[in-house]
Amino acid sequence: MAVLKQRENEDIEIHLLLEAIYLKYGYDFREYARVSIRRRILRRLGLSGMQSISEMQHAVLDDTAFFEMLLSDFSINVTEMFRDPSFYCVLREEIVPILRTYPFIKIWHAGCATGEEVYSMAILLQEEGLYSRTQIYATDFNDRVLQKAKDGIYSIENIKEYTLNYQKAGGKNEFVNYYTAKHDHIIMSRSLKTQMVFANHNLASDNVFGEMNLILCRNVLIYFNKTLQNRVMQVLYESLCPYGFLCLGSKESIKFSSYADHFEQVVNNEKIYKRKA
Amino acid sequence: MKKSTNARLKSLAYEAVVIGVSSGGIDALNILLPCLPADFAAAVIVVQHRHSDSGNLLAQVLQERCQIVVKEAEEKEPITPGIVYISPANYHLLIEADRTFAFCVSEKVNYARPAIDILFETAADVYQNNLIGIILTGANHDGSQGLKKIKQHGGLTIVQDPTTAEAEIMPKAAMAATVVDYILPLQEIGLLLNHIVGGKYERA
Repeated sequence: MAVLKQRENEDIEIHLLLEAIYLKYGYDFREYARVSIRRRILRRLGLSGMQSISEMQHAVLDDTAFFEMLLSDFSINVTEMFRDPSFYCVLREEIVPILRTYPFIKIWHAGCATGEEVYSMAILLQEEGLYSRTQIYATDFNDRVLQKAKDGIYSIENIKEYTLNYQKAGGKNEFVNYYTAKHDHIIMSRSLKTQMVFANHNLASDNVFGEMNLILCRNVLIYFNKTLQNRVMQVLYESLCPYGFLCLGSKESIKFSSYADHFEQVVNNEKIYKRKA
Repeated sequence: MKKSTNARLKSLAYEAVVIGVSSGGIDALNILLPCLPADFAAAVIVVQHRHSDSGNLLAQVLQERCQIVVKEAEEKEPITPGIVYISPANYHLLIEADRTFAFCVSEKVNYARPAIDILFETAADVYQNNLIGIILTGANHDGSQGLKKIKQHGGLTIVQDPTTAEAEIMPKAAMAATVVDYILPLQEIGLLLNHIVGGKYERA
């Protein structure tokens, strides 16, 4: 019984903390998948030395630095170059030929984190000769990761994995041609950045800002509850031109979404969907 | 097994069985899961460590020998008794209070994604004492903290007898982390599950 009561109080405290963050800073985590956000809050609680989530609530209101830290905790930025190489293969083989028919291509990376996949897309389009007529909008709600994406400077420690991913993804070149290694970092080539625009956009609260031919929103929806997933699906749907493409993470699905009927899956094994007219 | 323990165990309505397994896992699961009847009265949720781009073949391979339905867990899917859910590669698997699955691609925990600790800890929060946690063969320490939490919440804890495990580190780490209720070879774990959970779940 004691455990249950503690759990009930904890749920109330989490609710109040998320409400406080929303009222004070405008960031809305109230409709995030509760179990992941709870894990993150409890982890920060353990590290902070505070006694309770209620104490964290006071800290969030009084101390912007503490809030910023929690904001970083809530934003999951694990990504990689050519993540899920088979996805990029299918993109190249099945979707690029269709994009080629457009005079101008607009792509939105929603929830781009530190930008590795944005550069992957730029590389792919450069190799296909489409990059100069493409505009990539890369957005995230976290300004810190957006700056990293803009800088295009990454740790060299993952370079082996990235090179392998690039090859598996059907890369036509050498991956080393796309970056300069300096000390323990790699700096992505300037030519990759020409068609990229980075902007702060929060899927949980912001709206449509353009009509896209292709949207990548990979491993973002999994952090939302059903209500927010449906809201975001509406934004994504309305941001696509008729027959535009939506790419989700490899284990995400629109099956349980209220927008399932508005899309058709393009290939069997990858989560690439086409907007019905 | 004492009779009194049996009576107590049977009176509890176990809702879910969570299983954590690493190296040697496919062989171990291929022995344990076929012991379960098609109408097994609890949900079975398995985290098997494996390479990040292994596909969803594991569920298909295991299904071949099992009477119980085996499938890969899907995001937001409601958790139902009589089904074995396998965690997808490269995602952490979590359980939401409304008994649906949540996924997460955050940092690896104990060098693993999916991490057994994450499944076990979130399962303990949701199922409390109506949960059975099982640690099988494996060559790291993942799962021991999760099993400890299951025990703290009043759940039942089972570990594969390390002398029968292909890799003994994980069972031993779990035994070091908490007082384990049963230490058994695989077939006997199957018998125990049949005894305390058993069949009779009817799908609507």
